[in-house]
Amino acid sequence: MPHENQKRGRILRAPENFLDPALCAGITTEGLNAERRAFLRKSFLAAGAAVASGSALAQAATASGFEGDPNILKPTRAATTLGNPVAMHPYGMPSKYEKNLVRRQSPGLTQVAQASVAFAPLQGLFGIITPNGLHFERHHQGWQDIDPSTHRFMINGLVKNPKVYTMDDLMRMPSVSRMHFIECGANTATEWGNVAVPTVQYTHGMLSCCEFTGVPLSVLLDDCGFDRKRGKYVLAEGGDGSSMTRTIDMERALDDVIVAWGMNGEMLRPENGYPLRLVVPGVQGVSWVKWLRRIEVGDERWNTKDETVHYVDLMPDGQSRQYTSIQECKSVITTPSGGQTLLDKGFNNISGLAWSGRGKIKRVDVSVDGGRNWRTARLETPVLDKCLTRFNIDWTWDGGPAILQSRAIDETGYVQPKINQLRAVRGSKSIYHNNAIQSWKVAESGEVTNVQVY
Amino acid sequence: MSRSIKLAVAALLCAGAAGASAAHLENIGRSATPQEIKAWDIDVRPDFKGLPPGSGSVQRGEQIWDSTCATCHGTFAESNQVFTPLVGGTTAEDIKTGHVAALHNNTQPERTTLMKVSTVSTLWDYIHRAMPWNAPKSLSTNDVYAVLAYILSLGEIVPEDFVLSNKNIAEVQSRMPNRNGMTLDHGMWKVNGKPDVHNVACMKNCETEVKMASVFPESALNSHGNLADQNRTFGEVRGLDTAPKPAAGAADAAPKMDAGHALAQKYSCLACHGVSNKIVGPGYSQVAERYKGKPGAEAQLIDKIRKGGSGNWGAVPMPPQAQVSDQDLKTIVHWILNGAH
Repeated sequence: MPHENQKRGRILRAPENFLDPALCAGITTEGLNAERRAFLRKSFLAAGAAVASGSALAQAATASGFEGDPNILKPTRAATTLGNPVAMHPYGMPSKYEKNLVRRQSPGLTQVAQASVAFAPLQGLFGIITPNGLHFERHHQGWQDIDPSTHRFMINGLVKNPKVYTMDDLMRMPSVSRMHFIECGANTATEWGNVAVPTVQYTHGMLSCCEFTGVPLSVLLDDCGFDRKRGKYVLAEGGDGSSMTRTIDMERALDDVIVAWGMNGEMLRPENGYPLRLVVPGVQGVSWVKWLRRIEVGDERWNTKDETVHYVDLMPDGQSRQYTSIQECKSVITTPSGGQTLLDKGFNNISGLAWSGRGKIKRVDVSVDGGRNWRTARLETPVLDKCLTRFNIDWTWDGGPAILQSRAIDETGYVQPKINQLRAVRGSKSIYHNNAIQSWKVAESGEVTNVQVY
Repeated sequence: MSRSIKLAVAALLCAGAAGASAAHLENIGRSATPQEIKAWDIDVRPDFKGLPPGSGSVQRGEQIWDSTCATCHGTFAESNQVFTPLVGGTTAEDIKTGHVAALHNNTQPERTTLMKVSTVSTLWDYIHRAMPWNAPKSLSTNDVYAVLAYILSLGEIVPEDFVLSNKNIAEVQSRMPNRNGMTLDHGMWKVNGKPDVHNVACMKNCETEVKMASVFPESALNSHGNLADQNRTFGEVRGLDTAPKPAAGAADAAPKMDAGHALAQKYSCLACHGVSNKIVGPGYSQVAERYKGKPGAEAQLIDKIRKGGSGNWGAVPMPPQAQVSDQDLKTIVHWILNGAH
């Protein structure tokens, strides 16, 4: 049975007349006696069951003779019983009340779950770090759980000394820990034409952000004596069935690329490349090769399958843009967002995420009238290079219809575009790199819907 | 400490720090052997660096195709049932120009691999490294040439009697339909590249129509499941309850999925077999019907799934499924033989 408070429409309006008028009158004139107290309690319990929220009780509190919230007045189970022991769950799990926030597939997107996507539940996440169990998944030929003691990493090609490293070798090296976003190049792909999916999980959920730990690729390339003159590109290759390969610019490779094993303080999850993946800050996720087994230094690009058949942006003239790697500046409001409903008019916090593959976020503006007027949101710290930035802004909702949008600006001065501006240049067939401003319509009922507005 | 000693110490410390970041990874890693590099360095570039010598005919390719590839890609590589189609949408004119017209005029419902791929080396490399789907890297060098020759013949890029080899593959490149279809003219390769789309950060009374160009249809709200179950039941917002309302008196608990059914989903058996309908292979209830009450049916089906086979339900063979554990296989077969409900 869905709970009353999950029903559609603006909800949790206190049942204004849930107290019997005669009872109210009696309390007002004669005060509480045991009989009236019992009636009152019954009324509150009924109302509480109907809405299970502080909101109705907050209104009820203004009724005279309000005794209080039974969740306070009545001793709670938690406060009156012995709790569980330590290490009952040696690896801790979320509360049983949190099971709605999980990775999900978009029905009908793919035929085969081994070459598919599971989206991160952005609608329920706070701050900028994606919990490891909720990091989005994208595999090309299924995921593997590789034994780290057998995993090998090779560097070859235009190097003086082609080398092999074990995990023992790599984890002895000078490591760095850095926070970066990862976004699939196809994130928001469904929205190039019309709106196609209901919630932010499916529009923007191929996005995650972690603190990664590993050794800079530049240190490893130096260790092998790479050819600084002829080595213009590197090829990264995975150790899974697809042996995913992507070409990376040498300038990128020497800048901030990491050969990483750590993810938010623990080892990478198998779905995210355990025990070794490439971290290519600012660049689309497909280049962050998982189960990384090899880097080759070369003097030409490789034109691999995912550099010519997929992950190319088809332009209106029929030409495909190849090696479109950088994820340009983008933002999205995660609360409130599509498929949600506001509880009530009055104060609401608008919260969202902003990021840029070209550097730091400088500013985020928010509109509640479909882009006619904008206010600048608060950026929460830290604000880091090629990392998610959380923004918040106060909003007093008057209960009327509204259209919410966020617009990010990065440190280069680039302003996140509107979908019609993107389409005017790139058409609507390119699949990849849709960084348009997202619009959410708020109805008078409080229901929030995915819309395109410009 | 005198000033000069302090400076000397500082200089030493700096030298030490610099020393720690270069030329010092003593005793970490080892040289790769030539055999190791040969085993892993399998990439083939557009200039054919990395392409091993060998050859394969269209005719041989067709044999491999029918037994190994057709299951997922269709007899003529045109199927979109499991993956996007490989062949179709290219013309003799495209082979001449090197531009696939259908990418421009949108005459093709789905973009095929041959419409998109610009270099033949890409196809050789990918078939070799990742195919077949459930047994990657199991094709021999000559078989990769043969399969690629067959695909190219289906796209009429090479004739039906063609033998593809490392010696003539460069000539094939000059016939690839979309060989001139790629451009690097954009600002998204370098971090400091030039953006192609520009917006301005207007703040007040901005020029905008506030035109509602597209609205998510109410009728599709439940297309991704009940949104109430995808949000917290407390906090600032709730998820919309989009579940269809059950008829009065209907049981409200959804039927639980059988373990075998769940495993068939996990291993993507359901990509080719419907529960009750034929997709590429027969529906499971049809299989149940045929094997109903037959002695040894369980062992027979386990063997068939494990080893693959063809001829029982049509020409398209089923590839062997070595990745499924014995226990899981048993559970799946139990579910099928019990009627696949």
